[in-house]
Amino acid sequence: MAQATRKKPVDTEIDTALEARSAAQSHFRTLRLGTPFQPRIDALGLKQDWYSWAGYRAPHSLWDEELEYFAIRSQAALFDISPMTKYRIEGPDAEAYLDRVTLRDVTRLKPGRVHYTAWCDDEGFVLDDGTLFRLSPTRFRLCSQERHLPWLLDSAFRYDVRVEEETEAVAGLALQGPTSFAILRDAGFAGVERLKVFDLAEFAHDGATVTISRTGFTGDLGYELFVPADKALSLWDRLMAAGELRGIRAIGYTALNRARLEAGLIVANADFTTSEHAIRTDRLRMPDEIGLGFMIDPDKGHFNGRRAILEARAKKKLRHVLVGLEIEGNIPAEHAIVYYKKGQEVGLVSAAMWSPMAKRNIALASLQRPYGDTIVDDLWVEIYAMRELQYQKLMKKAKVVPRPFIKLDRRTANPPADF
Amino acid sequence: MTSSDLNWDAIVIGGGHNGLVAAATLAKAGRKAVLLEAGNEVGGAARTEEFTPGFRVSAVAHLLNRLHPDVMKTLELERHGLTVERGDFVPSVALSKDGPLTLHGAYGEVLTGASTSEQSAWKELRAQSLRYAGVLKPFLSRRPPNLGDMSLAEMTGLGQTALALKRLGKEDMRDFLRVLLMNVYDLLDEQLSDDRLKGLLAFDATLGSHLGPRSPTSLLGLYYRLAGEIGGLAGAQIQPKGGMGAVVAAIRSAAEKAGVSIRPASPVAKVIVEKGRAVGVITQKGETLRARTVVSAINPATTILDLVGPREVDTGFVRKVKNIRMKGDAAKLHLALDRPPQFSGVDAAGHKGRLVIAPSPDHVERAFNPSKYGEFSPEPVMEITLPSLADSSLAPSGACVLSAVVQYAPYALKEGWAAGKPQFLRAIMAQLEAYAPGIGATVRHAELLTPADIEARYRMPGGHWHHGELQADQMLISRPVSGWSGYDTPLEGLFLAGAGSHPGGGISGAPGLNAARRIIAMRA
Repeated sequence: MAQATRKKPVDTEIDTALEARSAAQSHFRTLRLGTPFQPRIDALGLKQDWYSWAGYRAPHSLWDEELEYFAIRSQAALFDISPMTKYRIEGPDAEAYLDRVTLRDVTRLKPGRVHYTAWCDDEGFVLDDGTLFRLSPTRFRLCSQERHLPWLLDSAFRYDVRVEEETEAVAGLALQGPTSFAILRDAGFAGVERLKVFDLAEFAHDGATVTISRTGFTGDLGYELFVPADKALSLWDRLMAAGELRGIRAIGYTALNRARLEAGLIVANADFTTSEHAIRTDRLRMPDEIGLGFMIDPDKGHFNGRRAILEARAKKKLRHVLVGLEIEGNIPAEHAIVYYKKGQEVGLVSAAMWSPMAKRNIALASLQRPYGDTIVDDLWVEIYAMRELQYQKLMKKAKVVPRPFIKLDRRTANPPADF
Repeated sequence: MTSSDLNWDAIVIGGGHNGLVAAATLAKAGRKAVLLEAGNEVGGAARTEEFTPGFRVSAVAHLLNRLHPDVMKTLELERHGLTVERGDFVPSVALSKDGPLTLHGAYGEVLTGASTSEQSAWKELRAQSLRYAGVLKPFLSRRPPNLGDMSLAEMTGLGQTALALKRLGKEDMRDFLRVLLMNVYDLLDEQLSDDRLKGLLAFDATLGSHLGPRSPTSLLGLYYRLAGEIGGLAGAQIQPKGGMGAVVAAIRSAAEKAGVSIRPASPVAKVIVEKGRAVGVITQKGETLRARTVVSAINPATTILDLVGPREVDTGFVRKVKNIRMKGDAAKLHLALDRPPQFSGVDAAGHKGRLVIAPSPDHVERAFNPSKYGEFSPEPVMEITLPSLADSSLAPSGACVLSAVVQYAPYALKEGWAAGKPQFLRAIMAQLEAYAPGIGATVRHAELLTPADIEARYRMPGGHWHHGELQADQMLISRPVSGWSGYDTPLEGLFLAGAGSHPGGGISGAPGLNAARRIIAMRA
């Protein structure tokens, strides 16, 4: 008969080592990280409705989805964008480097400007989309949904450029809505009225610098602010104080998601699957297949995916198209299947809503060409409307319409209006 | 810009034997071709060079065993002075303290020095190995299949391979598939018992690779060797008269006859790329040459990373190119001897052959082990030839040239080759002394080329003879990188034609020929 011969370790040195080790591995105790604004957001998060945004605890909604949405359209909404992945790209070759990595012509992006861009792998499939901020002739910030450091570092081979992730070091806020400009002015950011759409400038804040750009994800008048993480709370407080009488409200993602849909903007891994996430080969998308074809410039220098993209165009190998739809009725067609002649499946709706601004039932859908491309008539969506534990299937006519679904003059007005 | 602008159909970069074959083949098809060689002489690692006054030797490759018959035929090399006759075949001698064992004819048609039972075991293994290598052989002269977009010809080619497999019969087909990726050590143990024979085969399977006999897939190296042929016989080997330079001279002559303009001492600085298309080159002297086709018969990584530059290609492609494993593990020894050495127990014919010090598979494996950790073998294995015995023009009267390929000599030697080289030479000489007593006293001059030397002298990154490890993951559709194995590159108009492309290294001319055929077929 076997006998237990092992003794329990009583050595205190071992205990200490174990403790030290588990202390070093305590990351799992924090399931979702907080952003630099977390104390303020937690205090406002009455609904405790959190989701994980790139590992951070982010609110779906803080107090009321509807009112949060209307804060964007009628007042000013404050949205924490700190979890967005941010890279600092700096060096004499930074422009040439980014011109090779990303689709749009970076040589035409002037210092103090921002543009929306995307980047692809060798096969021309979209890795991600994001915004590129040109902070100086040799310094950029690239913001994206996904993380790309290995790709960006490998792309830097033989470029005189430094690529660093600064997601944790830099806190970000989006201030969006008609009163956003007035709030910034009242908060004392002198000169902010000079920012045109896609301009950026630096302003003093709390002994540090805040970068303010006239950009956003709402199709509305709005700004984005980037600040060192340790100045995040003082910036929040400064904006909240200045905005008190102009209706400033903190909001969650659900409200923002509605605004961006009205603006016709797409979201990676919601409206298309990024190429490093796609498991099924037919889920990969080229820029032309998700409405980003306008970014392709065959006349600029070489860029990743160029050969494959131009070949797909020349050989007519593009298989999908992303379109805006207007659907009859007022029932959102979220994730509805799109049919041709009510019978043939030709695609899927990736985002849909009844738009209070457009007063239309709108959607973004990914269709298989030629549907949505050359054949745009006789398209239908099948909406499953849940009515007291029973689906009511609605076959609704869908019309391909241009994006954005709404166009607000105040977004681009110069100088920005004082509401 | 100079007058040479726009005058060429094809610019071939690199005058190694593959570059010459590619240029000659293109020229024979009516293309106006210019070949730019960086060195003062063409031939690359297949030159015959004087390493000390009066002594000449085949610089890197010293045995001809796989010059592809299609190359012989296409370029009519016999008419240019390259003849191979059965009488030229030289034996392989496995040296051992227990007396030598000799493979005669084409890779041991006759085996001497072994027991009767071992002889019959060898006969079977040899026949089997040649059958299996024969299945792979047709791939050598074909473009690797393009899995994404297969042409009818490629389908047919693959179909023929399937048929060849089927023709092996059920038992053989199963066995072929079983052993294909096996290590050579275990296979030899299954079929043979003589350590000398097993040592020789283990050496041949791993020659030129960073593999030991026990490394998975090492058997493939033996099949690669046996898929080659010379004089119509698989596995045969010759020492070309005049050294390997004579082979190059024949190819060069064919190229010139076909109208190739050969320009030595013209290193290329840059491949000119315009809108995703290679349109010419700029030499280091600043001359611009333009052509519809640019063929690079130099190293694939040098081509893409240095001549084209990573900015003109995609990140994923650069990743793949940077990941090509090409750290050489073999050194080359050249000795100028006062008189021919006497290897114990070896007859005169044996001395004119290939003498191999690899007394057992375990010995080869032990020689390999230190190289994994950046150290050279304390008891290295090697293949020795004495070329001046058959060709007296290579050495002064009465003297002798010894040429040896020595393993293992890792490119990135931990202590650095400046310090390690004299020690490694001592280790090699100790081995030679053991098999040819007294040889050390007759050495007039010794030249040891480590992978670092080979890299610098022959422009072979990592000093790798094959311009990339010839292992399963870097063969066929994965050579030089997956997705771009068919000699074309992501740049339109730029092709690769060197040993870094399929089928790989050795003096075969096959990559050069296949690449030229590809280019010709595209324009047809």
